[in-house]
Amino acid sequence: MDAYIQGIIILTGINLLAVLGLSVLTGFTGLFSFGHAGFMAIGAYVGAIFSSKLGLPFAAAIVAAAAGAGAVSVLIGRLTLKLKGDYFCIATLGFGEAIRLILNNWKWAGGARGWDNLPASVTIWNVLIVDAIAVVLVWNLLNSRHGRNMVAVREEELAAQMAGVNVFRYKMIALFVSAALAGMAGAFMGHYMTYITPKLFNMVKSTDLTIIVIFGGLGSVSGSILGTLLLTALPEIFRAFSQWRLVFYGLAVIVIMVGRPQGLIGGMELTPAGIRKIAAERRAKSALAAAAKAAEQGGEE
Amino acid sequence: MSAILEIRGLTKRFGGLAAVNDVSFDVREGGISGLIGPNGAGKTTIFNLVTGVYKVTAGSIAFAGRPIADLEPYKIAAAGITRTFQNIRLFKNLSAFDNVLTACHTGAKYGLAESMLRLPRYWREEKALRAKADELLGIMGLADRRDVTANNLPYGLQRRLEITRALALGPKLLLLDEPAAGMNPDETEQLMRLIGKIRDDFRLSVLVIEHHMDLIMGVCEHIHVLNFGCTLADGSPGDVANDPKVVEAYLGSEEGKKSC
Repeated sequence: MDAYIQGIIILTGINLLAVLGLSVLTGFTGLFSFGHAGFMAIGAYVGAIFSSKLGLPFAAAIVAAAAGAGAVSVLIGRLTLKLKGDYFCIATLGFGEAIRLILNNWKWAGGARGWDNLPASVTIWNVLIVDAIAVVLVWNLLNSRHGRNMVAVREEELAAQMAGVNVFRYKMIALFVSAALAGMAGAFMGHYMTYITPKLFNMVKSTDLTIIVIFGGLGSVSGSILGTLLLTALPEIFRAFSQWRLVFYGLAVIVIMVGRPQGLIGGMELTPAGIRKIAAERRAKSALAAAAKAAEQGGEE
Repeated sequence: MSAILEIRGLTKRFGGLAAVNDVSFDVREGGISGLIGPNGAGKTTIFNLVTGVYKVTAGSIAFAGRPIADLEPYKIAAAGITRTFQNIRLFKNLSAFDNVLTACHTGAKYGLAESMLRLPRYWREEKALRAKADELLGIMGLADRRDVTANNLPYGLQRRLEITRALALGPKLLLLDEPAAGMNPDETEQLMRLIGKIRDDFRLSVLVIEHHMDLIMGVCEHIHVLNFGCTLADGSPGDVANDPKVVEAYLGSEEGKKSC
């Protein structure tokens, strides 16, 4: 395969890991984060320590990256998850920037100059296999009582509490899953590019991830996958238009937000069961409307 | 009959304002009790205290003999107290079925890993949850609205769905906050019968806040009246309706004085 195309597929696959995690947090649990590049950075540096400094295999580095980012998310979550919506969002923004600045000043890990000569362990196959495993696990998690509890938190936090949902616990689970996947994505990124700098994980990266989740549609795994494919691959494919591609990217996001605020396929899944469900909801809605109309006409007579 | 809920000296202050001031009453096991009072009397605040949404300033709340005032809301719900809200709080973008299914979760015990790996217990318990959600929708007459998004349901059915969702946790005590708000006399009548049926079928106790006097007088066996956060009267519907202080609170006295 063309090395360039392969590169795009690998980058898309790496982004997909981070987006998938953020979809659990933002799309299903309703918490917005502007600091997930921070978790990617933690994963990237933990991964680098395991592979470069300790000389352990790539698989160990990936697991360590997920565990490291996940562990930090538990700390951050304890401090910030009791905050209401917007305040949590601001806290994540601060977190992401703090991580970047700490890495900038961490001389042992290369400081602002970055860390190079990481082993080039990423292949198209290990990215795609990890993607597939992550999609299946996340999908299974979301389609269980645990996933439904997360959605309940998003829909109506107070009612979720009254329905016996431990809101804090489910927010924490969502944050942990999203951070662990972002950490993995960070380690993949480092071992694909073979160098990492703190600048790779700035706020622009965080907002990119959030935009992809919203663009694809909140509350939809297939939407997040579709969003990742479109928003990572398209700017690459239109690279020939150089600077203009970012303008198109921005316009595409604006058009979607104005024309379809729920995102491409927000709240629905492109699976046989998902499509049947949407069809059933449509039928039920039109039956209800027909019944209401009949009642109205009956009342007039 | 013993008391399922015992409230003693319950007080809640917001800054200098005592929204609920030294209120004591019981909800009898298997009974339907009413909580009434003019707007701002502190009725919903009491619901919020019982369900743990607000922290109690002073006093105690015991549920089935066990103090619950310091428990987290989700633990109180799991212990067997569920509620509906004055302004309906459904999971708006989910179908009626999913609303009920979500609330059924306490009936399953499978963990995170079991759900991710789809182990046998996941399949077994998930099947039971779905059957239970469908059964509840059937009992409550919502089976033909199963797939309607909650938001699109007519108002009366949204109220009914909220009660169904509360029942999904298998509560021992159901708190209804103005269930008849915005309903016409016909719908109110239906609701009265429904409340009685729920109490009998699900063998639970009910505490209901309501302004529709015909509903309260028709369905409640015991009524507690609040005004400005204080107890005004407590007794059977007949006693309460004839209490001069209650009449005064609702219709006003000649001097327009507060009685508290």
